[in-house]
Amino acid sequence: MGFVTTFLLVIVVLPIAAIIWKSTGNGWSGFWDVVSSPQAVAAFKLTLIVSTLAVLTTAVFGTIIAWVLVRDDFPGKSVLNAIIDLPFALPTIVAGLVIMALYGPRTPLDVTIGSFHFDANVTFTRGAIYVALLFVTLPFVVRTVQPVLIELDEELEDASKSLGASNFQTFRRIVLPGILPGILSGVAMAFARAVGEIGAIVLIAGNLPFKTEVASIHLFYRIEQDPEGSAAIAVVLLVISFSVLLGIGALRWFVTRHERG
Amino acid sequence: MGRKKLVWISAVLAALVAAAAGAAATTAEKGSRASKAVTLNLVAYSTPRPVLTRLIEEFRKTPAGSDINIRASYGASSAQGQAVANGLPADGVILNTGNDINDLVDKGLINKNWDKQSYNGVVWNSVVVFGLRNGNPKKVKGWNDLTKPGVGVVTVNPFTGGIAKWNILSGYVAQRKLGKTEKQAIAYLQKFYKSNVVSQDSSGSNATNTFLSGKGDVLLTFESEAINGKIPYVIPRQTMLIDVYIAAIEKSQYKTEWNAFSRYLKTYPAQKILAENGYRPVDKKAIAEFRSKYPVRAGETKITDKLLGGWRAVDKKWFDPNKSVMQQIEQSLGVPTG
Amino acid sequence: MGKWSLRVAALGYLSLILLGPLAMMVWRTAEDLDGAWAAISDPDTIAAFKLTLTVTAIAVVVNTIFGIICGLVIVRGNIPGRGFLNAFVDLPLSLSPVIVGFSLIALYGINGWFGWFQRNGHEIIFATPSIVLATIFVTLPFVAREVVPTLREVGTEQEQAAHTLGASGWQTFWRITLPSIRWAVVYGVVLTAARGIGEYGAVALVSGNIVGETQTATLRVEDAYQFAYGNYAPAYGISFVLAATAIVILVLMILLQPKESRR
Repeated sequence: MGFVTTFLLVIVVLPIAAIIWKSTGNGWSGFWDVVSSPQAVAAFKLTLIVSTLAVLTTAVFGTIIAWVLVRDDFPGKSVLNAIIDLPFALPTIVAGLVIMALYGPRTPLDVTIGSFHFDANVTFTRGAIYVALLFVTLPFVVRTVQPVLIELDEELEDASKSLGASNFQTFRRIVLPGILPGILSGVAMAFARAVGEIGAIVLIAGNLPFKTEVASIHLFYRIEQDPEGSAAIAVVLLVISFSVLLGIGALRWFVTRHERG
Repeated sequence: MGRKKLVWISAVLAALVAAAAGAAATTAEKGSRASKAVTLNLVAYSTPRPVLTRLIEEFRKTPAGSDINIRASYGASSAQGQAVANGLPADGVILNTGNDINDLVDKGLINKNWDKQSYNGVVWNSVVVFGLRNGNPKKVKGWNDLTKPGVGVVTVNPFTGGIAKWNILSGYVAQRKLGKTEKQAIAYLQKFYKSNVVSQDSSGSNATNTFLSGKGDVLLTFESEAINGKIPYVIPRQTMLIDVYIAAIEKSQYKTEWNAFSRYLKTYPAQKILAENGYRPVDKKAIAEFRSKYPVRAGETKITDKLLGGWRAVDKKWFDPNKSVMQQIEQSLGVPTG
Repeated sequence: MGKWSLRVAALGYLSLILLGPLAMMVWRTAEDLDGAWAAISDPDTIAAFKLTLTVTAIAVVVNTIFGIICGLVIVRGNIPGRGFLNAFVDLPLSLSPVIVGFSLIALYGINGWFGWFQRNGHEIIFATPSIVLATIFVTLPFVAREVVPTLREVGTEQEQAAHTLGASGWQTFWRITLPSIRWAVVYGVVLTAARGIGEYGAVALVSGNIVGETQTATLRVEDAYQFAYGNYAPAYGISFVLAATAIVILVLMILLQPKESRR
């Protein structure tokens, strides 16, 4: 136990404590000044909004994908199952380039019909951040819902349908409550990941202050110049991450309370 | 009990592994210094990476450089300067704004007489240019064209990258020399940043990439970048002569070797390579030889011009992160309209 | 909801987000194989790959030892505070890499609490040790997280039996405990390696980005992209190698996946 705590202390706790300490360098007013500066606020807002949108999208599609992988069967399913983890195994900076290949300046998805023009180039826009976050959060919900779905007793669903319930009703009343804890876990991890993401975003979003600069990038470029101010921003990010984790943890606890009898 | 013993043995093992790893890594780095060859650490701004890589190779071929290895780190000028102040290993720096150097002088890392060396500490020059799209569809020629509606300009964040500062000062000087007052010139910059700047990348190289991937109509950058990126460009009549500075770091153990490298860069053969690669030489012979490639504009202004007053004055008035013209302009960008 | 509409939704989404971009990247690399190869075989790139592999290997060794011990403490130890331990071990998973890198600078940098090293020639920040520390930090949880549930499942009967038969603690560990968790450990190692190779944000902050020295493979990709003058073949080329490595790791992950979540 001593070894474990010492290791954790040195590797994790002390460095984080050092940041928190540094953020007090300018006192409470200095802290507040940095954190409430327009550029920082814009960065926080952007991070929170796009992360939430991305995580919600991932939650929906992740559940669908988990369903298809568990309950359905078709040739190539196992390959698909394997690929889901790719965003986890791939370096984030490579993920950014991969996304740019299809959604960047030389995208093949480029149609011009008469005066109508659509192209899938999202670089330098908030869309780039959204797609990047979809990419990196993909595995989280799928992998937390799959095991729960496997456990679920299909008989309940069959019974419900034989009693005349529509597919949707069955889903809403029987399946969803069962997999909700799984979805929530996935959402929590996905959100924490999304808020902190940098590698996939840095090359493709353009990082324009007030437009496409997320909190992690704002922090990144500030660290050399202004350690105390940056520490303040880092502390806010930490608080956001922890709050979300706690919030979703509480939600999970609430949702599964009936299981604890 | 057995478990406790196990825990402690493992703890010792882990500590040994970590220590060995750290020691091995540091020894590998120090080992190259212990042998006859000396390794210098060069910290430079971003865009000259290709030409410096070449010059380092050429330097090794000279008698003075045959035993010297040079490791280089490239990045945005101010960020690099700050990194050196924070401990980034450096025997010498090549940075593109005076205040990056002055910051290091103030911290005791660069000798305050650094600019008494040859060419006042300048190793090469460039000018501010407008990089354009093929065919120049928006017909951009001068500074007033940059504030026309619909013209998107790609530039660099002045608090991380050096070229941004030269860009801003050029814009200011251009307005003043056209007869505008101080207030009008700053208003021009305000409008420019609010309506026309579409991107402020962290470094010159990133800005070039941003422009090349289709964003914006004009790239405000070094002439050297436009040439190397094969971007059509125009040198506005009012432009600034960009000085790129080279200086030794005081606490370096290899001052002799660094000075050999620094001297080499200012010799004719090195300056010729620079000139061939888009950089304006400081060596007289090279200047004469490449005069046609590097025209001198009538309105070319130096940093020491009385409108600006040198780097220390400029830094305080324009680029102080807490209170300055640019700080206010950047802040005002965040004010919501309506 | 019809089976087919679900399939279409799932496959469509995956194509848009994952498969399409991946295919496009492979295509782009194939378009300019010379440029890609030149970048891959460049000595700076080779140095970067070597650095990444070395640092990842160290992180794997260290975090495997930590993970096994930590797993034992959490599951078998009877010490109060195990819940906190569990939470702390999971912490790196929810931290932004930028914060990880910054925390190391705050601690070991020139003005940090442990700044003594940096000021006296034992550089940590802007040198390899900080890359090692950052990688250990971000890959900390993986082996532990795999070991804990497996240890719980396995139970202590075999170990208790061994103990009553007179085996020492060490023997029990080597012959009973370790083999029972070996696949969990291996899976955790694979995850650790994947995360270690892929680290960017923390390393970008602390490494100093010294070409050929402290530039990891991921930093090298950024380097190739930055100085590309719009020609991204070198960046795609190096990315391709990393992507191929990721796919190998993926295959290992699937083969070794703990049986409960396998379908």
